[in-house]
This record gives sequence, C-alpha cells and structure tokens, in this order.
Amino acid sequence: MSTITPVTEASVDATPLPPQPAVVNPVGTAAPILPVEDKPLNLGGHEFHSRFILGSGRYDLNLIKATVEHAGTEIVTMALRRATTTENSVLDYIPEGITLLPNTSGARNAEEAVRIARLAREVCHTDFVKVEIEHETKYLLPDNAETIRATEMLAGEGFVVMPYMFPDPIAARQLEEAGAAAVMPLGSLIGSNMGLRMRDFIEIIIANANVPVIIDAGIGRPSQACDAMEMGADAVMAYTAVASAGNIPLMAEAFRHAIDAGRAAYLSGLGKVTEGHAVPSSPTTGYLH
Amino acid sequence: MQVNGEHVTLEAPVSVADYLETHGYRAERVAIELNGEIVPRAARAEAMLDDQAVLEIVQFVQGG
Repeated sequence: MSTITPVTEASVDATPLPPQPAVVNPVGTAAPILPVEDKPLNLGGHEFHSRFILGSGRYDLNLIKATVEHAGTEIVTMALRRATTTENSVLDYIPEGITLLPNTSGARNAEEAVRIARLAREVCHTDFVKVEIEHETKYLLPDNAETIRATEMLAGEGFVVMPYMFPDPIAARQLEEAGAAAVMPLGSLIGSNMGLRMRDFIEIIIANANVPVIIDAGIGRPSQACDAMEMGADAVMAYTAVASAGNIPLMAEAFRHAIDAGRAAYLSGLGKVTEGHAVPSSPTTGYLH
Repeated sequence: MQVNGEHVTLEAPVSVADYLETHGYRAERVAIELNGEIVPRAARAEAMLDDQAVLEIVQFVQGG
C-alpha cells in the first residue's frame, strides 16, 4: 500500500520552483505573464498597504483589537458624540499605529460637518475626516451638494477629506475638484448588507476618477468586497457586515482575503467575457472519433 | 450654564480644565467647544466658565 504525503504549506515552501521562462497568456491577449507589484493606497500623501477600512464597532470593545488584527487594516473609523464620564473610550481599544478616520455622522449640512471635523481633529490630532452628511434616518442617504461644499471648506483647512457620497459620477468629479483625497460611493444603503446595487454608476466613477475610489456602504459579504475590488475599486470599507457576523474577527479575516483576492484579480487583468457561445478549453483536434 | 445640552448650575466661575477634572472627564480623550469656539488643550486652564456658558464636551465612540 502506498502512502500519500499530504501537501502542506511547509512542504511547498521547502521545494521552490526553478526560475520560469516568460510565457504568453494562452487565452485572450498575447500579453506576457509578469509579476505585478501593487502600489500603496495613497490618501492625501499618506500611503497604506491594506485596502480594507474598518468601522470600529457596535460590538464588544474587547473584540476591536483582534478584529483589527485579523482584518490587517490600517485605518479605523469612529464617530464623535457628546461625552459621558461613564463610557469607556474606544481609543483605549484601538491598537497602536492605526490611522483614525473620524466621520461627521450626525451632520445635516456642510457647516455641521466642518464643526464635527474640527472637534475630531482636536481629540486625535489627525487630519483625516470622512465627511458624512445625512438628513434622515430611514435611508441615511448622503447629501452630495452639501458634501461637496463641506469638502471644499475642509480641504481648504488642510484636512484629508474622504467624502461618503451617493454614486453620481458628476458629483464624484465635483468632489475631486473640491479637493477630496478619495471618494467613497455607497454600494447600497448603509448597514443593509445588500451589496453592490449601484454597480453601473460606481464603474463609471472608477473609470474617470483621479483619486482613490473606496466603496463604503452596504457591502455585506466578502464576495461582494471581492467583486468591488475586481471592478477596480481602490479599497473597501466595511462595518455592519463584520459587526453583525457570528464570529467577528473571523469575518474580518474573510474580508481581508476577499479584498486581497479581488485586488490581485484586478491587477492581473480579468479575461474577456464571451456571450452566446462557448470557448473550448481543450484542443479541438485529435478527437478519438 | 449648559453642558452638552443639559442645564447645569455653576456655583462659582471655574476653568474648563478644573471643570473636566472635577466631573471625571478624561481630559486627553475629549474636545471642548465653549460658546461655539473650540478651546485648544493648551488654553483649557485659562478658559473660564460662567453661568452663561454653553459648553460641549465630545469624545469618540464606535462608529462607521
């Protein structure tokens, strides 16, 4: 009886492949297959290697550290509210070296967003701000016009402005012109886990953007995050999908892998889609008949 | 005066820094707005509260 040695990661590591000659892509274009080096995510001159922005909670504060570590994230969002003396500070639970991204949730117009951003900067000495301006609580849709105004005011004060926006490609261009360091179009309603419902318009935004495009709301599953990254999104932000999972740190890890996979697929260049007919994947000669 | 939207009786004028300490706020974790203007950390010892003051004390909470 023969024994089969299981393939482990260690055994694969131990036998590295010899250098491979350059080969051409057998399907589709004849582009050479080359290793692709990814560029860091650049937000207002600050570079990040993780493309996963994580919301900070709605779960046990003691889970934040493990969740951040499993996510491999470098940016964590938070909100600003009236202080109480009885609450623990979320800042005590965020690991060292993480960039804090305060949001302006609760702001109903540009002036209120600017006020919140300034107060947030006073607490954590960061110039990053996620502008979020909403008028009602049923749909929590962002007001693009006020968001553009707030972006211009905050960029003028030296903030790294990351506006949460309804995916209108014209508004995305106007946000860029107003000084946004990135745009954050919603995939679907905040907290809904409905996924990339706004796909067609986000694709137009990605195709025309000169700043990073970060898909912000509604991403409910790792597969949807992967999908967004395959489309060419520069990063994904998730919050509810992770916070509402059965095992929160494990879901954070699943998102990390999905985002990395989607990014690699995007960089590798997706094969073309054919419709209405098959493309044989085995030789069409030498049949046994 | 008003603190975070609540009416509060102030016995005698105190500085923002003293108010925070007396009431158990963590000074390094909050931002202060007094009568609509931010009071920077370095100015908290000098900024005085009187019975007309409108004070906002804010901090970070979990959020997306």
